[in-house]
Amino acid sequence: MPPIISIEHLSKSYATGFRALKDINLDIKRGEIFALLGPNGAGKTTLMRAILGLLPPSAGTLRVFGRAPQRGDRGIGYLPQVRTVLPDLRVRGLDFIASSLHGERWGLPQLGRHDRGMIEETLDAVGARDLAKRPLSDMSGGERQRLLLAQSLIGSPKLLLLDEPLISLDARHQEVAIDVVRKVCRERKITVLFSAHELNQLLGTLDRVLYLGNGQVVLGTVEEVITAPVLSRLYGTEIQVVRADGHIFVMSRGRDVEVADHLHDDDHGHGGHEHQH
Amino acid sequence: MAATSISTDMFQYEFMNNAFAAAGIVAVVSGIVGYFLVMRGQTFAGHALSHIGFAGATGAGLIGLAPLWGLLGFTLAAGIVMGALSERISNRDIAIGIVLSLALGFGLLFLHYYTSFATQATALLFGNVLAVDRQMIATLAVLGAITLLALGLIMRPLIFASLQPELAEAKGVPLRFVSTAFLATVALAVSECAQIVGVLLVFTLMVGPPAAAQRVTTGLWSGLGLSAALALAEAWLGITIAYHTDWPVSFCIAVLSALGYFVCLGMPALWARQSHADALDNGHD
Repeated sequence: MPPIISIEHLSKSYATGFRALKDINLDIKRGEIFALLGPNGAGKTTLMRAILGLLPPSAGTLRVFGRAPQRGDRGIGYLPQVRTVLPDLRVRGLDFIASSLHGERWGLPQLGRHDRGMIEETLDAVGARDLAKRPLSDMSGGERQRLLLAQSLIGSPKLLLLDEPLISLDARHQEVAIDVVRKVCRERKITVLFSAHELNQLLGTLDRVLYLGNGQVVLGTVEEVITAPVLSRLYGTEIQVVRADGHIFVMSRGRDVEVADHLHDDDHGHGGHEHQH
Repeated sequence: MAATSISTDMFQYEFMNNAFAAAGIVAVVSGIVGYFLVMRGQTFAGHALSHIGFAGATGAGLIGLAPLWGLLGFTLAAGIVMGALSERISNRDIAIGIVLSLALGFGLLFLHYYTSFATQATALLFGNVLAVDRQMIATLAVLGAITLLALGLIMRPLIFASLQPELAEAKGVPLRFVSTAFLATVALAVSECAQIVGVLLVFTLMVGPPAAAQRVTTGLWSGLGLSAALALAEAWLGITIAYHTDWPVSFCIAVLSALGYFVCLGMPALWARQSHADALDNGHD
């Protein structure tokens, strides 16, 4: 069985000249949860978009399920970082999710019995059945995120790409979201790429860490990757790692570094596909 | 019965029958197309299209064409250009605002050289549904059918792209094409709508009813149906009131549209929950 994702000497440069990914190599096998960490501009979203088949690599090869990435691959569930939430969207959860089922086909939308069954099943899996009939404009950030998570699980994907799903959630909803991802993905043996700001919340959930920095990538367990030498190399500056009370603190010159912080000013404005926070 | 005599009285006149037929066609089309305009948060773009159409209509008058064709040509071209320039909804307000003012300015210039100035200007700006003839009804019916057909073809990816553009892109929806095709459809609807209520008041049929419908129901089909029904009711009731009061038709429709929206805005949320019994059974958090 081929690896879920296999990457050899992959580079991606943008028209601006910015090299988001520089000659990275990776093999990701089935059924693990990977935390995708790294500062802004490190190439997290670039990597996801490449896996989705939205960005052709500049050099090297990228294979998903043993073949070139295909736009609209049904084996991939995707939860994009939400950038365009219309503030007053009076659409109920059911129709919101239904819009994504065969949403690429032309013609009138139809919601068949089978489709509705799939939606109910996935809403149940994340404990969000009541969201089906409520309009999006009445949902909290946590509820919207759960709805999106339910949607990304439709069609039994083998690979789940979650782009900053915790952003804009409060601490309690972050925990709930992480628990749901862990439970569902373990049950269904889904491989997850979970990009996040904060490492500590994910410690009990993640199997391995994929750490991006300066276009480079390091893959390994938390013990292997979250170390002063590895992170210093990725950030290009001296990093200390302090472990205390089951938590890990990544520090630069005595200051706490949130993993997605801008460490260098020259990280700003690159790529166009990384997000501002 | 008083109501019966009122209606029979009204329908003795051919111009009233024509007005009802034309307004009926246009209201249904406007209510349905407008539903997506509101869903996408692009109402301002719809407003701009109608203003650009004003320049087209007056320009057509100058060269001896019927205003409708100038209106149609300009709004279609503008819709396609707007769609092609950007698929993102945000940060376009200023550009759209400047272009629509420019278009109104040109409309004024064309009017300046156009001899039957005043009546033409009022009809274009505020509509003149009581002057609609049989031929116009036929034209509106054909245009309306084309508009709804086009919308039906793109409806599925349009909804997906409106609600979740990032995901739609990842799943292979051509965002820019969908956005452009939609604005072209809006251009058609705006041109039809302007025949009834005028370019300045297209909001009354294209934004008021769908916005009101979306306050009351959150289901897709129930929302579309209610939007079309509201637009139809407001248009027909507006004409009826105008007939009996001698107030301008477009004024009556504008008042009813605003009334409908504010009444629905004040509706308790409970109402909305009951209105879609076809949703899933109640669960608990």
